[in-house]
Amino acid sequence: MMDWFVELWQAVPLGVQTVVIILLQIIAIVLPLMLCVAYLTYAERKVIGAMQIRMGPNRVGFFGHRLWGLGQPIADAVKLMFKEIVIPAGANRGLFLLAPVLSIGPALAAWAVVPFDAHLVLADIDAGLLYVLAVTSIGVYGVIIAGWASNSKYALLGAMRSGAQIVSYEIAMGFALVGVLMAGGSLNLGSIVRAQEGGVLHWFWIPLLPLFVIYFVSAVAETNRAPFDVAEGESEIVAGFHVEYSGMAFAVFFLAEYANMILVSGLTAIMFLGGWLSPLQGLLPESAFGVPVIGALLGDGIHWFIIKTAFFLFLFLWFRATFPRYRYDQIMRLGWKIFIPITIVWLLVVGVMILAGLPPWFDGA
Amino acid sequence: MGIEKIIFYVFAALSVYGALMVITVRNPVKAALYLVFTFFASAGVWILLEAEFLAIVLVLVYVGAVMVLFLFVVMMLDINLAQLRAGFVRYLPVGVAVAVAFAVMLIMLVGGDWFGGFAPPPPSPAEVSNTRELGRLLYTVYVYPFEIAAVILLVAIVAAIALTLRRRSGVKYQTPGQQIAVRRQDRIRMIDMPSEERK
Repeated sequence: MMDWFVELWQAVPLGVQTVVIILLQIIAIVLPLMLCVAYLTYAERKVIGAMQIRMGPNRVGFFGHRLWGLGQPIADAVKLMFKEIVIPAGANRGLFLLAPVLSIGPALAAWAVVPFDAHLVLADIDAGLLYVLAVTSIGVYGVIIAGWASNSKYALLGAMRSGAQIVSYEIAMGFALVGVLMAGGSLNLGSIVRAQEGGVLHWFWIPLLPLFVIYFVSAVAETNRAPFDVAEGESEIVAGFHVEYSGMAFAVFFLAEYANMILVSGLTAIMFLGGWLSPLQGLLPESAFGVPVIGALLGDGIHWFIIKTAFFLFLFLWFRATFPRYRYDQIMRLGWKIFIPITIVWLLVVGVMILAGLPPWFDGA
Repeated sequence: MGIEKIIFYVFAALSVYGALMVITVRNPVKAALYLVFTFFASAGVWILLEAEFLAIVLVLVYVGAVMVLFLFVVMMLDINLAQLRAGFVRYLPVGVAVAVAFAVMLIMLVGGDWFGGFAPPPPSPAEVSNTRELGRLLYTVYVYPFEIAAVILLVAIVAAIALTLRRRSGVKYQTPGQQIAVRRQDRIRMIDMPSEERK
């Protein structure tokens, strides 16, 4: 059986082989990601439930066991799949259906350059940081087109708000990333992580603390999450840009939002908290990392990346349970008048730190 | 035909198709979206030219920012198509003249000695960073033109904002600094008074 597969594989032309391998790699990234998205919705409901002293979902389980409601995301997905997709009478049919695709496409495409650990990355390209910035900036089209194609006042208002918000915060985000690439001396995400090697105090969150905070807050605004979720604004414009969507078309927007949350959390972990690097580096003696199973767990690896990403995801949920929604003009004020000036000033500070070769971050180069 | 040629023709065909749709499609929002599509396809061609920095910046700046604002404006406007078409015949001669002049210039440029039949330059080795090389050139050899271009852009920004800036009277603004500085004693006055007797 095995030989037959090997023979079949070798009969395939080389170009097709490459394509097949890349497709398999993409599936290996997207499938776990989608599972994470499903269980992130579950985690959100459980975490916010706990914060508000409720139970959260606790009925749907597997095989007759409740299992703390772990079956809930699956049940939700099945429900959404079987619901009808209603297309409003005056809607622009093609664009109406294109919008969710444009929303989720960039959210998944950006994962191509994310390094999960030292070797595990789909496309180790040189301008990875720029690629991420460019690809995530396309996501706004999904929102804007959805708002326009729905032919609905609320949807258009939501799209306008969200578009303006995303464009505004992208500038602060971009400047924060300029600080990271200055500190890392590279646009490649892997090199940026490698530049932070040497333990918790060597990560970029200390020298770039203002940029770190601004990046994460901007990321919350970019993903249209509470407290910056005026694009949805349930209490004023019903659900904003996706008010006319139902069934799977709505679910795709939902998936895109959560995939984006995971993406920006992962990027924050990579750029400011050293990605896959172990925080115990430098604290434990080198011999500790040589111990069989425990050494691998203590040392660098994908599990640290996942833990750090999960931490930022928890912050997302915590924000949602804690903060009241910002008013629209206050969001704009925060983005343009506070974040952008701070980032510009801090870029100068970073430049001075690099010139001075401030240890332990900038004395290597 | 190598894989690179196939990719080139796919992206080139897509960008030509997108560009044609921009000027033929009736709905202005769709025209703007086709322009986005064209930018995307040309970014693909640029990546094939090993200009990945420029390609990514094209997507980042034009697709991610400029066209979003375009789309905003186009969506807000209620464009009357009949009115747009009214002058078509009247302006046709001018349009044809411009098109011919443009075509002649392009043919002179692309078909001439500069873009003639010489072999493509050898592909640069993989470790050469496009971004690094561009940055080095821009900030050393071409630092003055670069900075002057930046200042010209800044002037344009300031001018655009100054043109639209107007002061209106009777508008209520909130000053967040003052709002935050408010203390309890500014708003609340505690009064000591005896409770009323129930009749």
